[in-house]
Formats: sequence, structure tokens, C-alpha cells
Amino acid sequence: MFSDSSVFFRQIAGRCFKNRKKFSIKSIKEGVAKAKPFDTLFIHSGLYKEQNILVEKTLSLIGVDNPVLDGENKFEVLTIDANSVLVTGLTIKNSGYSSMKDLAGIKVMNSRQFLIKNNTLINSYFAIHIANCDNFRIENNTIRGTPGTDEQSTGNAIHLWKCQYASIKNNDISGHRDGIYFEFVENSHIEKNNSYNNLRYGLHFMFSNKDSYIDNKFTDNGAGVAVMFSNHISMYYNLFSMNRGASAYGLLLKEISDGDIKDNMFENNTTGVLMEGTNRLHITKNSFYKNGYALRVQASCSNNTVHDNNFNGNTFDVATNGSLVLNNFDGNYWDKYEGYDLKRDGVGDVPYRPVSLFSMVTENIPIASIFIRSLIVFLLDRSEKIIPSIAPENLVDNKPLMKPVAL
Amino acid sequence: MNKIVKYIMLDILKSKVVIAYLVFLMVTGFSIFNLDENTSKGLISLLNIILFIVPLVCLIYATIYIFNSSEFIELLTAQPVSRKKLITSIYAGVVLSLTLAFLIGIGLPILLFTPDATGFIFLLAGILLTLIFTSLAFLGSIVTKDKAKGIGVAIFIWLFFTILYDGLLLLLMFQFGDYPIEKPLMILTTFNPVDLARILILIHTDYAALMGYTGALFNEFLGSQKGTITILLILLIWIIVPTMIAVRKFRKKDL
Repeated sequence: MFSDSSVFFRQIAGRCFKNRKKFSIKSIKEGVAKAKPFDTLFIHSGLYKEQNILVEKTLSLIGVDNPVLDGENKFEVLTIDANSVLVTGLTIKNSGYSSMKDLAGIKVMNSRQFLIKNNTLINSYFAIHIANCDNFRIENNTIRGTPGTDEQSTGNAIHLWKCQYASIKNNDISGHRDGIYFEFVENSHIEKNNSYNNLRYGLHFMFSNKDSYIDNKFTDNGAGVAVMFSNHISMYYNLFSMNRGASAYGLLLKEISDGDIKDNMFENNTTGVLMEGTNRLHITKNSFYKNGYALRVQASCSNNTVHDNNFNGNTFDVATNGSLVLNNFDGNYWDKYEGYDLKRDGVGDVPYRPVSLFSMVTENIPIASIFIRSLIVFLLDRSEKIIPSIAPENLVDNKPLMKPVAL
Repeated sequence: MNKIVKYIMLDILKSKVVIAYLVFLMVTGFSIFNLDENTSKGLISLLNIILFIVPLVCLIYATIYIFNSSEFIELLTAQPVSRKKLITSIYAGVVLSLTLAFLIGIGLPILLFTPDATGFIFLLAGILLTLIFTSLAFLGSIVTKDKAKGIGVAIFIWLFFTILYDGLLLLLMFQFGDYPIEKPLMILTTFNPVDLARILILIHTDYAALMGYTGALFNEFLGSQKGTITILLILLIWIIVPTMIAVRKFRKKDL
């Protein structure tokens, strides 16, 4: 969104190098050493075990017929420290594991205007690790990690640290700690990625501002997306599904402000959206379908507006942990709403209270969830709806919609 | 024995109460699914019918049937049929007609609107509850002497298992909420067939919410195949034990 126009590549002005067998140059390292800046290196098919390949000049590395670069589980495979580098068509596997250094399949540092495209990264510790770079694109890569038993045993698939104007598009990511990780990344854009089966988060923001992610799929991760300590993040048209478990969320928002959450689909998650210490978020036109808890809004959130969303088939619509409510929930569609509309203006005449007594109970005594749908619970919820005593009085939709919002 | 079962089923069909039950189930079933295009919401309304209406009808109908046909039963005891055979055939006759009514009444809407695993579990839970509460009704009406008392017992059984028991467990849970009460609570729920049926269905409909906190317990036990089988086995015990006690009591009963 922000960076498309700013990333560009210089026309290849240099000579072309070919290597392997019938070619004079047998190794990538040799090719890189012999090349002059702005040359193109064609890497032909074969297995290259070359330990750490360091690229310190502007080169285009193009894989022909799927060459495989093997890190033998010990080494970083490709390290790039130069501007305007192109890496495409490579299969990189078995980058080493280290708890001291962030070894990666492809590491880029202190560079600008590069493109990493159409690569396959298998069994890496970190797959693509970018540090202190700007104006670059990571597109159409396939990344398959080997998830260990705990979060420390594997790194992030696409890891960005202190970057700007990045575009991450059409990648297919699974089996890492975080699918995509942003730390101090600004003005960047994430689009049409598919991130699934990751140990921790499908996408993780830390201290990253003014970024956007659009039209991505986050399925079956520890949590779909975690946005923490960030502001001005736009989240549009994403799918969050099947993120299940004791601390699993479709979208985890922690200490963030001024974000926009629009046109997303949350389905079959244990918790659709968890909000903790969030300010001034706009949550509109989202669909919450068949989640355990659609929204979990902690009392530490303020000035958030939730409107024009559809809540369908969730066990609990909204849960909260205190009586303080500083957010606005007016104008949503709730399938559990039982009011009437005598004025025929499409807005219910009686307010709807999305927090049920029983969701307050399960907040305090988790095992109570085995009583869901019991008749006694139904009766208690009913009496609570008529005379609210435990559920927060202010958490109420004064303008509940009679019909679902067309999305 | 088959003759008695056949005769009782014909007798029940003639009385039209079971037909009315069938029609009621079918009408509510269809209207629930037609009212809302969102079938998951329809299934929840259906859950209430299965958990509360089915036990009530089974209890009351079976009790009244036994008391109304007491003279017929007395007559049959004069025949060369063992009492065990007699009571089990009557049980089979009543249960078969009630199950049939349920299967057609609820099964048809489910088959048309949600023909999947969840729908199948709903049907299974309903059939098991029919069997359990009919046998409880038999036990209740064999133990009691007069009709009024019998119906009273039936209503109490229904109230106890649908509302009172859960109320007591909730009270217990609130009182001992600070202690590790997960296991005892889970064990206590097995003493209530309605709770068991409810949990069996919950696993298939509200699993996402159940994973919220009790993840470990639910995942390891109830969420697995093992959990479903265990619940089904306990429900079977709930059918067999009351029936056996009822048969034993009937054999020694002074008619």
C-alpha cells in the first residue's frame, strides 16, 4: 500500500555469469567473488553446500531449474549486505540453529531496494531475516518450518527488525514460531499471505506503527495475529480461523491505539478478538461466526467503537473482566437479540446486553464452562437480562440492528 | 414376547398421544430450521427440546401408560409368561414407539437441514435420553402404588435432573471455586444423564468455548474419542441399571 511505488530495481547493466558443470564457475561463492556490481548470477540446478554465502555487492541471484542451497543444519545460507539485490528461484534448506545468533535461510541487513521472490525455504531456524532495511519486497515465497515442541526451538518465518516501507505479499508460511514478525517496522504492508500451523502467532507486531495487513489468512496458529505496543495499524479483509486452545485468539490486541479493524472474518476461534489496554480502535463490518467468545474486552480498554458487525453463532458474544466500560457497542447485529422494532427503522427498540451473566461466571471460575446450555444457566441468564446485577450496566448496545449487516 | 411388544405398540399408536408427540417434534423441528437460515442457532433450540422436552414426555407418558394398563398387566400375569419377560416386553413396546416418534419427528428435519456428524450426535443423544427416562419412569411407577404418586415421582425426576441437579452443582462450584474442583465436578456430572447428553452435544457444537480455559481437561479427556465413548458407556449404564432394578422390583411386586 505504501511501498509499492517506492521499491524499484535498477536495470541489469552488468554481465551474466553461469556456473556449474559445463560452466566455468562451479560454486556460488566463486561466482559472487568474480562478479562485479550489477551483474546477474544464474545459479543452475544442483545441490550447493557452501556454508555461509556473503553477498556484499549489488547482484541478481537467479535460480535456474530449482537449485538447492543446503545449510547442513549448521550455517546461515545466504547473507546479503548490499543494496538492490534480487534473490529468486532458489530452494534454501536446513539453515543452522543457534541460540546465540539468529541464523537464517536468507538474511539481509543494512540494505535498501531489494526483492526476494519465488524462493522456497525449508527447515530453517529463521527463514527470511531482515534487519535495518528499507524499501524492499518479499513475494511469493513458500516457507515450511519444522515446528519443535517449544517456542524457542524455531525462529520466525519472515522476521523484520527496524525496517521501513516493506511489502510482504503472497507468501505461504507454516511451521515456524511466528509466521511474520515485525519489530520497529513502519509504513509497511502485508498482503495476501497465508500463514498457518505456526507455534505462536500467524503475524506478530511489536512496537511497529502505521502498518497495514490486508486479505491474509491466519489459520490454526497459537494465535492468529498479535498486535502489541503499536499504533495506527490497519487490518482489513483478513480471515482468522480455527485458532483454538487455552490461550488462543484470532486477534490479540495489547496496548495498541488508533487502529482500524474492518471487513475481517473471525470464525471458529476460542476467542475472536482479545482487547487489552487498547484505545481508539474502530471495529466495524467484521463477521464473528461460531467463536467461543467473539470479543473479550478487558476493563483496561477505552474509547473503542464497535459497530456494524455481525455476531452469529458464538457461544458468548462479549466477555469482560470488570464493571468499568469506556467503549461504545452501539449498532451491531446480534443473533441472540430478542427485542422488537415497532418503529420499523431496522433498529431494535430495546437495548441489547451482549455480556451474559454466565460469561462473567466463567471468567472467574473457568470450569463453569461445562454448564453451558444447561437449563438453570439459561434461567439465570434470563433473570440477569431483566435485572442486570453482575454484568456491567454500561456494556450495552442501544441500537441493536434487526438484520445482519450486508458485508 | 414379540406378540406383547407388537400388541403394546399397536395399543400406543391407537391412543394417538405418541402421534401427537411425533407431530409436535416435527413441527417444532421444521419451524426451528426454517425460522433462521443460521442452522447453528436452530441446533441450539433443538438442543433444548432434546434435553428438556424429550425426558418430560417420556417420563410422564410411560408412567401414565403403566398405570392405565395396570389391569391389562394383571391379566397378562395370569398367563404363562414370566414376569421378567412381561415387563421387559412392555418396556420394549413403550420405548420402541417413543423412539420411533422421536426418530421420525426430529430425524427428518435434521436429515433435511443438517445431515452431518453434529446432527447424528443430536439424534443419538435424543434416543439415549428416551431410553433412559422411559426406564426411570418404569422404575418410578413400579415402586409407587397409586397413579398420583407415580406422576409426582416422574415430575420430580424430571425437575431434579434438568434443573435441580445443575443448580446444586453450581452452588457447589461457587462455594468451592477456590479449590481444584474440576475433577470432582466432572465426576458429579456423570450422575446426571441430562448433563452427560448435554456435554456430548457441547463437544460437537461449542467446542471452541470449552477450549477456553478447561483446555487441558477437555482436550485430554472429553475432546478425544475416548471421552465420547466413555460418555456413551455411562449413558448405557443409565439405561441398563434402572431397567434391571425395575425388573427385579416388578418380579416381587404385589400387584
